[in-house]
Amino acid sequence: MSGVLRYLGQGAVYGLFAALIGTLSMYPVYDPFPPGHALVKLSLAYAGKPKGDCHRRTPEELAKLAPNMRKPFVCPRRRLPLLIELEMDGAVLYRDVLKPTGLAGDGPSRAYRRFTVPAGEHRLVARLRDTDRADGFDHARAEKVTLKAGQNLAIDFKGTAAGFTFN
Amino acid sequence: MWLEGWLDRAFGSGWNPMYHLGALGYFYFWVVVLSGIYLYIFFDTGIPNAFDSVEYLTNEQWWLGGVMRSLHRYASDALMVMMGLHIARLWAFDRCRGNRWFTWITGVPIMWLVFVAGVSGYWLVWDKLAQYVAIASTEWLDFLPIFGEPIARNFLSPKTFDSRFFTLLMFLHIAVPLIMLFVLWFHLQRVSRAKVNPARGLAIGTMVMLLALSMVEPATSQGIADLSRVPSPVKLDWFYLWPFPLAERWGAAAMWALAAVGTLLLAMIPWLPPERHGAAAVVDLDNCNGCTRCAEDCPYAAITMGRRTDGKPFERQAVVDADLCVRCGICVGACPTATPFRRATAPIPGIQLPALTVEELRRRVEAAAKGLVGDDRVMVFGCDHASEADKLCGPGVAAVSLPCAAMLPPSFIDYVLSRGLADGVVFAGCRDGECHFRFGVRWTEARLAGERDPHLRARVPRSRIARVWAAPTDWRRLEGELADFRARLRAMTEKEAAE
Repeated sequence: MSGVLRYLGQGAVYGLFAALIGTLSMYPVYDPFPPGHALVKLSLAYAGKPKGDCHRRTPEELAKLAPNMRKPFVCPRRRLPLLIELEMDGAVLYRDVLKPTGLAGDGPSRAYRRFTVPAGEHRLVARLRDTDRADGFDHARAEKVTLKAGQNLAIDFKGTAAGFTFN
Repeated sequence: MWLEGWLDRAFGSGWNPMYHLGALGYFYFWVVVLSGIYLYIFFDTGIPNAFDSVEYLTNEQWWLGGVMRSLHRYASDALMVMMGLHIARLWAFDRCRGNRWFTWITGVPIMWLVFVAGVSGYWLVWDKLAQYVAIASTEWLDFLPIFGEPIARNFLSPKTFDSRFFTLLMFLHIAVPLIMLFVLWFHLQRVSRAKVNPARGLAIGTMVMLLALSMVEPATSQGIADLSRVPSPVKLDWFYLWPFPLAERWGAAAMWALAAVGTLLLAMIPWLPPERHGAAAVVDLDNCNGCTRCAEDCPYAAITMGRRTDGKPFERQAVVDADLCVRCGICVGACPTATPFRRATAPIPGIQLPALTVEELRRRVEAAAKGLVGDDRVMVFGCDHASEADKLCGPGVAAVSLPCAAMLPPSFIDYVLSRGLADGVVFAGCRDGECHFRFGVRWTEARLAGERDPHLRARVPRSRIARVWAAPTDWRRLEGELADFRARLRAMTEKEAAE
């Protein structure tokens, strides 16, 4: 191969490589979100009430323990599972029982869910049960929201005091 | 091989990028590091400081900061391509099994580290793409039950996001390449004379290419991240970010399963199936004088020079680590005692392969030469990994195949020509720059040129030696060059007869 052809060949290889890098580093454009829709995210990291009652140890019980473990008031480690529900315009979008995390079941229950919903006005209701009651919920919040296309609405649970927040 | 042959013609074997994939990977890594150091000087952590500082570099300091940003991105993309080609090529040419397993295995974590370093870099810009990558990657990570609460919760809304996150990310983005450098050191432990720098011409060419691309298509941001909006559409860097759309489509569990199975399969390739090989090279202390030539020439650092154990008046002796030996025989070609001329005693050299001893090699050469007729008789010393030399055999051509062309001690050429076993000798080894055992072609050329021990004796007529470095796909070229060589031999014979 002559010198000129060689340089042309090298230029072609470099050009192709640059085109490959320049193209795949940006294209094709990724557009997974359907037009005319908004995103609702429901998330929490929250520990339910302890499973069982707390109790005060008797002097006999305390005496059986090592000195550094003699706590007079003890609660069970395991937490109750949470029941969570998200309703939109009267229809249940999501309902789940969230088990506590951790090997001993003493960690917070976790949830992180995404819902793609049509843009527009909606009535959203978030509910949570964190006790051992048989029915009903301990926390709930209803909001009428107007979601624009491409908007991201985050529903979070900020503990007993703040309850559900809509951001 | 066809592609490599074509690139050979355009670049020459010295600059052929396919022969420098690992070294090019290193080169791109250093471009990423150096451009990253420059970017770090101006980078500010926090919201919206991160985005603003990158915008300043891109727009107001486009002539250097912008170029550096583009180099940082494109060199990291090129690194990913080189890594992929490097892996595919080693696998395709079966250069990962047997005793090369260590180099292969230590390459697997490097692949993950490059991925993590690349992805974490996209977070730092804090544009719409960063928002997408941050959410997609944390949602993927959250599948693993190792976090107290989902880390994707950090990106629920602007109120939940903390500027400190950038400090952590910056640390990650710097720490991962440092770890990678450490693993790279392990990666090359069993490769002697590892090629970590590409040929100068190739380095200049690829750098010019990166600069040109940076000027023509500068890397830019995609608008500041806004957690109250869905980051869509986004221009993804598909070299690094392709797993995230798949994770969205298939689910985090499926993608983790794919990643785990893929990594495991990749790591197991050296044993799928295990390589069957003969015994490692053995040292015969009666004939080893501790000259170090075998240790110098071994491509995989399998030979070291140890303290003498047999009481002979030499300082050192060769010691073969069977776990590192790839049975290429290059050490035999390097041994000055490996000679076929010895007749009084068996030709046992200081080091040799039990599967193909020097005595057996001499027997094969003599047997192959027996049937040769004509005045252009050629003895071809082929390589098991190059064009099949046996296919050349005919009335005037005999062939002996070796694990590597450099296994042949130069004294064998002298033996063939001085004993009249053939009129010429042809080396038919791997393509130049592409040797299966890395240094076979290089050492053979250096020995024939008298630049490396053991030298070819001065009395051997160089005009009766030809070298054809050809891959299996270069069969026609090998045939053509052999025919030309035989024509030259005939002319030489006629000329000598006339004189």
